[in-house]
Amino acid sequence: MFRSERVRNILYQALLLAGVIGLGWYLVSNTLHNLETRQIQVGFAFLSREAGFEIAEKHIAYEASDSYLRAFLVGLGNTLVVAALGIFFATIIGTLIGIARLSSNWLLAKLASAYVEVMRNVPLLLQLFVWYGIFTELLPPVKESIEVGGWLFVSQRGFRFTWPAEHVGWSAAGWAFLAGIVLAWLWRGHARRTQIATGRQLRVGWPSLGLVLGLPVLAWAVFGAPTTFDVPALSGFDYQGGRVISPEFAALLLGLSTYTAAFIAEVVRAGILAVDRGQGEAAMALGLTPGQRLRLITLPQALRVIIPPMTSQYLNLAKNSSLAVAIGYPDLVAVANTTMNQTGQAIEAIAILMAVYLSISLSISLFMNWYNDRVRLVER
Amino acid sequence: MANGTLTSLPDVALPSAAERPPTGGGGPLGWIRANLFSSVSNTVVTLLTLAVLAYIVPPALNWLVFKAVWGHQPLAACDAVRGQGACWAVVWEKFRFMMFGVYPFDQQWRPAIVIVILCGLLVVSAIKLFWRPSLIAIWVAGIATTFWLMGGGLGLAPVRSEQWGGLPVTLILAIFGIAFAFPLGVLLALGRRSKLPIIRSFSVIYIEVVRGVPLITVLFMASVMFALFLPEGVRIDQMLRAQVAIILFIAAYLAEAVRGGLQAVPKGQYEAAEALGLPYWKMMLLVILPQGLKISIPPIVNSFISVFKDTSLVVIIAIYDFAYAVKKSVETDFAWKKYFIEAFLFSILVYWIFCFAMSKYSQWLERDLARGHR
Repeated sequence: MFRSERVRNILYQALLLAGVIGLGWYLVSNTLHNLETRQIQVGFAFLSREAGFEIAEKHIAYEASDSYLRAFLVGLGNTLVVAALGIFFATIIGTLIGIARLSSNWLLAKLASAYVEVMRNVPLLLQLFVWYGIFTELLPPVKESIEVGGWLFVSQRGFRFTWPAEHVGWSAAGWAFLAGIVLAWLWRGHARRTQIATGRQLRVGWPSLGLVLGLPVLAWAVFGAPTTFDVPALSGFDYQGGRVISPEFAALLLGLSTYTAAFIAEVVRAGILAVDRGQGEAAMALGLTPGQRLRLITLPQALRVIIPPMTSQYLNLAKNSSLAVAIGYPDLVAVANTTMNQTGQAIEAIAILMAVYLSISLSISLFMNWYNDRVRLVER
Repeated sequence: MANGTLTSLPDVALPSAAERPPTGGGGPLGWIRANLFSSVSNTVVTLLTLAVLAYIVPPALNWLVFKAVWGHQPLAACDAVRGQGACWAVVWEKFRFMMFGVYPFDQQWRPAIVIVILCGLLVVSAIKLFWRPSLIAIWVAGIATTFWLMGGGLGLAPVRSEQWGGLPVTLILAIFGIAFAFPLGVLLALGRRSKLPIIRSFSVIYIEVVRGVPLITVLFMASVMFALFLPEGVRIDQMLRAQVAIILFIAAYLAEAVRGGLQAVPKGQYEAAEALGLPYWKMMLLVILPQGLKISIPPIVNSFISVFKDTSLVVIIAIYDFAYAVKKSVETDFAWKKYFIEAFLFSILVYWIFCFAMSKYSQWLERDLARGHR
């Protein structure tokens, strides 16, 4: 009977299943026993208890008297903000450097490749330490802040800058700016559809600029045209007013973007190299300028090669944002760490961490797969 | 014929020097023209880049080299040039601590030999001549000697693993990590390509979950939860926990590298092996894996580079690897603390030398193996 392949296959799988279940049962029973002797309650009830610790940076209202759940949400918000901005900047820097590496200018190409070889061969953690060290130790103390143009004050406490004062006109302008971007995007789609349907080319550049810049100005004027700014001023031991970018956040964002940019540069370079030479030559023969050649011919085709590896770089950046805990930026991991130390609910905290990161990874993958489907070559 | 076309020839002005086509190539001047000043935009880019370099490089060189304090010098020498020159004296001052952490001072020759052994293992493994079964024996011997030298016993004074530190710890975490993760990764890759649904789903879940979470969470898990997993009274030390976490973490990435190699093995090889009547394990060990693993060597080397960099994350659970030893060496000394940048730059240089050498090796290997396939 053992000679039958089917029986053997079932047997192997049954053995594996039994092994995994057995190991799981062993670990769980040990854990339960250990928790019992340490008198730790299993479960997520602790989430509704009072957290009791402050979080220095937050995008959601939070006080020490709020619950652990809220603290986790604040941490998640911080993680998402730094990851999203990191992806944004890393993509821009990486694309520029990737293109620069392929430049016909020898000097520029060599500099770009030196950047890539240095940045990607040094642990991100050390780069973060250096940035953080520079921002907190080498910059002047608050009283001797470097003043840039009267609106930016740079010191060990971060970058404090002038920001429009609380007024409905300013917030209206902000929302109008976002609306302008969305409308410009829609207009672009409309123009493209019109061109495909009728061959008529609608203007895209100027109307888009008008929407993105004009709408906010209009909204600002309609809602009372405020002219008040919240200028930082030294009072006591620190500046008050304006907005501030903390050294932790600045170091993390700078480190994440410049590190990932080196990898993205390689992805972009490989993608551009994968585009057939004939495409560029054909574009040249049609009389397109180098800029048009890159924008209309090379990049759209390169994107198809670029997107899958780019996705994994984005995932890496999102996961690497967890290094925040090493320089004291209150991201999700930092909050979970504090929670673990305070409550001893290690299993629950780590389970939350893993679940959240898995969801973030999954969301980025899904989005990028959707985008990949959109730009994929439609073969007829 | 005689309509004047020939006679008008002298009237045609020869192109002036500026209009003549470039002679192309020939000497450094030709090279400079072709690569730096081939067009107006190219010239602008060159001049802008040179301007930026002229602004940055001289002060940077001054700070890094010319005005810097080199060699074993007192703190006062550094303070004298503070702000103008780097204080490399901090590297001399803290060298032993950076390299070996809190390892007993009079025994530090042992980790020093370990560094040599582990680097030797890397070099030997990189040479194709040694790619044969005896390499495994070399590794076993290297690992055993490393543990004996680090931990003591058999005539050496015992040193607890809490006292291990510095570069040997980084090398141990990375090299042993990849050595022990390798078999696990191969099994996971085989499992993921298996036809058996339970084995396949377990492998897929393991690989995707581990790849979806940051290493930090796995390290936290190892540092906090391993203690809960084990029966009461059984304790494993922090270093071993981190090592296990790193092994479990890399195995998932190695599995994907190996899977890529397995997928690249032509289908005919599988069919031929099956036609010969080879059972599964013989087919894999004798036919598929030797070919698949060869293809996956470059991605495996790349995984090793990222592992080598990622071991620095054990800083967060307070293990004295190289990065943490460097950090602590300056943090704990108030007098030297202000020269932390120089200390970090030194550690960056060390990591960079390792990673850069390995990435160059990986690129060379990829070309070399591709040539062999043709």
